[in-house]
Amino acid sequence: MFSNRYIYIYASVMVIIVAAALSTASELLKPYQNKNIENEKFQGILSAAEVDVPRSQANEAFEEYIVEELAINSEGDVVCRYVDGKLIEGDVRPFNIVLKDELKLKKDFKYGKAKRNPKWPLYIMDIGGELKYVVPLQGVGLWGAIWGNIAFDSDFNTVAGTSFDHKSETPGLGAEINTKEFQNQFKGKQIFDQNGNFVSVSVVKGGVANSAINPIHGVDAVSGGTITSNGTSEMLKDCIENYVSYIKKNINNNE
Amino acid sequence: MSSTREPLFSSKNIKLLTTPLGRENPITVQVLGICSALAVTVKMQPAFVMAVSVIAVLAVGNVVISLLRKTIAPRIRIIVQLVVAAALVILVDQILKAFVYDISKQLSVFVGLIITNCIIMGRFEAFSMSNKPWPSFLDGIGNASGYGLILIVVAFFRELLGSGTIWGYPVIPQFLYDIGYKDNGLMILPPMALIVVGTIIWVQRAKVKELIED
Repeated sequence: MFSNRYIYIYASVMVIIVAAALSTASELLKPYQNKNIENEKFQGILSAAEVDVPRSQANEAFEEYIVEELAINSEGDVVCRYVDGKLIEGDVRPFNIVLKDELKLKKDFKYGKAKRNPKWPLYIMDIGGELKYVVPLQGVGLWGAIWGNIAFDSDFNTVAGTSFDHKSETPGLGAEINTKEFQNQFKGKQIFDQNGNFVSVSVVKGGVANSAINPIHGVDAVSGGTITSNGTSEMLKDCIENYVSYIKKNINNNE
Repeated sequence: MSSTREPLFSSKNIKLLTTPLGRENPITVQVLGICSALAVTVKMQPAFVMAVSVIAVLAVGNVVISLLRKTIAPRIRIIVQLVVAAALVILVDQILKAFVYDISKQLSVFVGLIITNCIIMGRFEAFSMSNKPWPSFLDGIGNASGYGLILIVVAFFRELLGSGTIWGYPVIPQFLYDIGYKDNGLMILPPMALIVVGTIIWVQRAKVKELIED
């Protein structure tokens, strides 16, 4: 028979061995995993501006096309600037800003609970002499997180392209947001109306043609994916509105 | 213990490997591991990776449990089995994330859920707790392959009819689409996996009469 003492020692030793083995494995594999995640982020940003590269080459392509990485605050001032692999201004590379945390800060900020002002990353790309602005997006769908990037032409009003992805939306329904057919609909849409007011781009259930929304500000939803579509609209509005003061200060004045 | 050593591939050992593929198949006969069979069989590639992962976890786990079997106190045996299964599953998950990131994304939570795959704990408890390492290893390979076989067969039909591809390559000629053929979106949804598995069970029982229950 096994004594209680034996069982306690056996269980403790087993747990220690397993914990040591797993943490070693995790540490050894972490660099590979992080590289995959980072490359995927590069790839998403590029693909919004219609630069499609395989994940293994995403890093080089990113360095080639991105002119500047900025982080702006809600007043529209640049707080971080990262150019050519060097941080020129601020304390954090905009690429490394975790959008989810900033969105949470924004919510806290409203209630006066935030410790600091949220920062919003902005990527400026140069594709064959044309400037594109890429804004990262983060939101919630039906089953989990959805995220993506939206690229604007140099007027920061007309959408040049989008890329979306999701954690666990329903295949065939909400999950369709990561298909080209859905994403291409956004091309040419505008986020400001004629009076210069921010209206964002909405994903409209039942089709834009049957709704009161100006077709320049809406795209058709995926049928059967209502909550994912609403989440996408919400995400676009919630993320793009943070850049409005930056756009008003910088882009419109230059025209 | 017998004094003469049993050959490595005696007919008894071969049986351990082959019966779970057909007569004792974990999915179609024992009806274990159904939930992941529904979830990861939309495309063949993830189904294949899932099958390989389960084979690795079950074969290694069976050997580990079998080696430890004399030291495991019966009172904590389920805990020990669970720890071994969980540790292996986490290891597999980490390796997939590092080296086949796209597929690991498609499999998402289901790799972690290998822990809850009844086949794993079932084999630990029923076989490797009372058998030597080598037969346990074969039993693990056999049972996990029986599971993987069904997974791949189901995925083959779902991918072919649901997406018109096999292993990601389009196989339905374009002219069929031109004259109005459409991929069946229903095949992509989990309920159809259940129906495909049901069909396989039906075919199997029609062939092997002994499996039919009263």
